[in-house]
Amino acid sequence: MSENSKIFKDGLWEQNVVFAQMLALCPTMAVTTSGTNGLGMGLATTAVLVVSNMLVSLIRQTVSSQVRIPVFVVLIATLVTIVDLAMNAWVHELYKVLGLFIALIVVNCAILGRAEAFAVKNGILASAVDGIAMGLGFTGALTLIGLIREFLGAGTLFAQASQLLGPAFAFLEVQVPGYGGALLMILPPGAFAVLGFLLAGKRLLERRLAERAAARPSPATA
Amino acid sequence: MTPLAITTPPVASPHAHGGNSVGRTMFRVQLALLPATLYGFWLYGWPSFFLWLLCILSCVGSEALALKLTGSPRIRATLLDGSAALTGWLLAMTLPPWAPWWVAVLGGCIAIVIGKQVFGGVGQNVFNPAMVARVALLVSFPLPLTLWVLPLPMATLPAPDFVAGLRIFLGSLPVPDAITGATLLGHAKTELARGLDLGQALAAAPATSWLGLRPGSFGESAALLILCGGLYLLLTRVITWQAPLGVLAGVAIPAAIGHALDPGRFLGAEAQLLSGALLLGAFFIATDYVTSPNTATGQLIFGLGIGFLTWVIRSFGGYPEGMAFAVLLMNALTPVIDRFVKPRILGRDRRGKPLDQPEKA
Repeated sequence: MSENSKIFKDGLWEQNVVFAQMLALCPTMAVTTSGTNGLGMGLATTAVLVVSNMLVSLIRQTVSSQVRIPVFVVLIATLVTIVDLAMNAWVHELYKVLGLFIALIVVNCAILGRAEAFAVKNGILASAVDGIAMGLGFTGALTLIGLIREFLGAGTLFAQASQLLGPAFAFLEVQVPGYGGALLMILPPGAFAVLGFLLAGKRLLERRLAERAAARPSPATA
Repeated sequence: MTPLAITTPPVASPHAHGGNSVGRTMFRVQLALLPATLYGFWLYGWPSFFLWLLCILSCVGSEALALKLTGSPRIRATLLDGSAALTGWLLAMTLPPWAPWWVAVLGGCIAIVIGKQVFGGVGQNVFNPAMVARVALLVSFPLPLTLWVLPLPMATLPAPDFVAGLRIFLGSLPVPDAITGATLLGHAKTELARGLDLGQALAAAPATSWLGLRPGSFGESAALLILCGGLYLLLTRVITWQAPLGVLAGVAIPAAIGHALDPGRFLGAEAQLLSGALLLGAFFIATDYVTSPNTATGQLIFGLGIGFLTWVIRSFGGYPEGMAFAVLLMNALTPVIDRFVKPRILGRDRRGKPLDQPEKA
């Protein structure tokens, strides 16, 4: 397996920020009231993550380990401010929904976590790939949780997606006819319940896959 | 699966099995619920019977499914002990009598899967499963969960027959507005929100009734029959008196004080005690073994907490009735109560000193 595909596999599945590392649960719980919100938050975090990983990797030789944390935080805060202002300018409706949580990307443990766990030990290219992989994994998790909560809680899918992605994506917006939704799923308990069942589902799937792999000895490892 | 090897036969101590079991306890609680339930059928007719039946079926079905998914070796025994059926029964008692079928199905699933099996099944759950489902349904679907029909003896329309009852239950026949009404608590809350004084408001309010002739949930209104059931449970020592007394006192004392201070703002103690799910909750919900504290003192504190919180939510909260919320809050506090109020260790006094050793002078 090549280096990059391992990084991608880690980010999307094995080390997924939400489903495996259980990091960044605060935005995960708070903003995933709809698929669009989850997608927007995930993309904003991905943007910050990629650039912060690259910058951290770039300066890792010059910053001494004693002062690295404050330096990283300042770097991340700068990037988040840029994303914050950009979203306020171009996707204002989504910005109003996500609100404080954009600014809180600064203290998103996933970003500092990747800086510490990956970017300080790896080259700039690998760090960028890791940022993309982790960010996409995070975006996927948030979007999935958001979609499930939105579907069960409001009976819609990707409501207001056209405001985030442009009018061309209006076809994504689905309204289930005749279903008003169970409000509880939009409220915080819904987030915990959905995340819990998704985690259980992921572990069940992994166990099944491991059993299948064990039952069938692969010729590659023999 | 290999059975555990027991090397010595377990007959050493002079212990006799009292014959008690989960199944017998559940059966006694169901027996105690029976009078109020049958009376509820008489009050609300066929739709309430279908609701009761489907709640129980949904709970038992969810339990079977969850046990199968978790690979339990005791599916049949667990289903037959009646705990899931009792959860469904209690859930039905707290639902509006003409709630549609999907409320029953969804409620049973939530109660068993999220309220009970996620934590590990019988004896492992933190929260009372029936109350978890009740609150989840109330928060999610406020409209069908607050549609109170008048008891049929009070209604001007004839009772629906079997087919009409089934159609109401399945949602193909709307519930006529003429036979719906407000509960006393709901009425009081609405009128207070309009700025009216309770003195004026209660003139048009539904009266309190010991016989259950008031709008309310399916099994909560017949005060006398619930008291009889509770008394039976006390006499057969299925429950102890601490938790029920705590709940009743926890509501009655602040209600009496509040009513004495400002009758225009607070309902009196009798109205509070005979309203909502209070009596049902005091005898059948607060006495749940799993989710209440272990010690007698702890259960008293637990009951007082439920009662007081119920009164606070009813008097100041957004919802007219707060019993289910209060139970869940105190369920969450149960481990804390158990940490501070511990049973005395055998052979030691309350401070943990050995009983047979005199204190050093």
